[in-house]
Amino acid sequence: MTTTATTPAATTTMAIITRGGPKGRRPPARRIRSSWAERVAPYAYIAPFFVIFAIFGLFPLLFTFYVALFDWNPIGDQVFVGFANFERLFADARFWNAFVNTFGIFLISTIPQLALALLLAHLLNHARLKYANFFRMALLVPYITSVAATAIVFAQIFDRNFGLINWVLGIFGLPSVNFLASQVGSWVVISAMVMWRWFGYNTLLYLAGLQAIPREIYEAASVDGASSRQQFFHLTIPALRPIIIFTVIMSTIGGLQIFTEPLLVAPEAGLTCGAARQCQTLSLFLYEQGFGQFDFGYGSAIGVALFVIVVVAALINFFLSTRTRGER
Amino acid sequence: MSDVIERTPVRRRARGGRVGRVGWPTYLGLSLAVIISVFPLYYMFVIASVGAQAVTSSPPRLYPGLNFFDVAAKVFETVPFLASLANSVLVSLTIAVVASILCALAGFAFAKLDFPGRNVLFLIVLLTMTVPAQLSVIPQYLIVSWLNWVDTLQAIIVPGLASAFGIFWMRQHMATTLSDELIQAARMDGCNSWQLFWRIAFPIVRPAAFVLGLINFTAVWNDFMWPFIVLKSPELFTVQIAIKQLQANRSIDLALAMGGSFLATLPLLVVFFFVGRRMVAGIMDGAFKG
Repeated sequence: MTTTATTPAATTTMAIITRGGPKGRRPPARRIRSSWAERVAPYAYIAPFFVIFAIFGLFPLLFTFYVALFDWNPIGDQVFVGFANFERLFADARFWNAFVNTFGIFLISTIPQLALALLLAHLLNHARLKYANFFRMALLVPYITSVAATAIVFAQIFDRNFGLINWVLGIFGLPSVNFLASQVGSWVVISAMVMWRWFGYNTLLYLAGLQAIPREIYEAASVDGASSRQQFFHLTIPALRPIIIFTVIMSTIGGLQIFTEPLLVAPEAGLTCGAARQCQTLSLFLYEQGFGQFDFGYGSAIGVALFVIVVVAALINFFLSTRTRGER
Repeated sequence: MSDVIERTPVRRRARGGRVGRVGWPTYLGLSLAVIISVFPLYYMFVIASVGAQAVTSSPPRLYPGLNFFDVAAKVFETVPFLASLANSVLVSLTIAVVASILCALAGFAFAKLDFPGRNVLFLIVLLTMTVPAQLSVIPQYLIVSWLNWVDTLQAIIVPGLASAFGIFWMRQHMATTLSDELIQAARMDGCNSWQLFWRIAFPIVRPAAFVLGLINFTAVWNDFMWPFIVLKSPELFTVQIAIKQLQANRSIDLALAMGGSFLATLPLLVVFFFVGRRMVAGIMDGAFKG
């Protein structure tokens, strides 16, 4: 397989290079200089990326820890305050509220979403499925819809007076719900948006994992009389475990970034997402403190807290995945 | 080596999967999922084309009306939507093209060239990738304001060029699709690494670079928080920020908010219609590398 695949390509390449004209072959005299150039070349290739990455990616990350130690007003003074911002943060009920909201939303959105994605991937994983490409593409439509547009239409679907959900509840004789007024209600609305936007994407990831499982295993299971359900629980789930862990971690990181949904779902509620901060997430709290109150130091301290949460999540992931490997 | 071939999406589609007949419950389940996927966008269009009475009537109206073009025209009058579309195209396209090339070049160096410090540098990129950029948004804003870039489009374009995900993606593709034999052969023929990249490596990974461009285009088009922070003038707004303005008046004109949201999504839908299959294949392919 390998030789047949590479040989024609290699021949063409060499042909291209030989035909490459004056630049393709260099006179021996320039070889020495080019070998020095060849040693420096890799750095030149990564330089454009790295310069931008260092300025706008790496440096801001490190600088967050520095700014967090200051009482930093973007227009006024910067006063070093040590860990005062962190002391304030731990005692701040608004921070813990945002923390609880973020995790509430994470739990409500992630667990049903991944279960649904797993089921759909199982349905899609059929060698003789018709319209397979149509199904896959349609499932990716939410992913290309912006969070802003999603929030705007979901705000209407969950509207207190004229929303479709409340209309459906009315059909069953249930009283209408003012979702955004309560904490859990607004979690449900935001989770619905997150779920909708990502379930198809995760379905495709799981499907990719499923298709890597050799067909023969399923054939053998079929011959042995394993039902579809048994195949799902005894073949599919164990084989997908690494990808499942990966998607959980991605959802955790994604969950910490939820910002646009609470900001746009109730535009009149402002940066707090309601008077009781019922749906303010950590990212929105960071924005409120940093760009609403212009307290850059305190906002950065929230950023550091987010960083700690990411590290803890990554460690949990690490232990889970090493344990999985150990079981095999 | 054989997994190099198996890793190409075309091959993988042919194998794998359960066997036997596909029952109707499978089609029913998938059809429901498709309806759920498409419905919010469809409903956006219904409300935009009917007006607020689509939601106030009982039962709520679920099929489109004829007013969409009126609402669309009103979107363009209410906010500088044409400028917003142009800004979004400019920003997304620039980042998609330039970032793909920068990431391919750096990914090539990381995957196929040997140089001191390679592993340490790549590790730094990997570690940064797992940290959400949002948490350092305040220092990012400080840097942009030191450069006097607040309220300019380069404040969005330049930071967007260095995507850690992109370099990871390109490195993985370079490592799996570009064989060492091929590089050896080219080297023997006197190819230097610059020629190696442009004549061999880049043409081979061009499909992966294209998918990366699509993913970046989509992400930048849909990005909200960063443009919301750095852009102040309405004529510089991207479409996402423009529709936030419309959403702020939702209680006054619901159809306008829905029409704007639909128009903001439409360009991506059109792109997706033509290249969606490659995006699907790219995302599935990336599941292994990620």
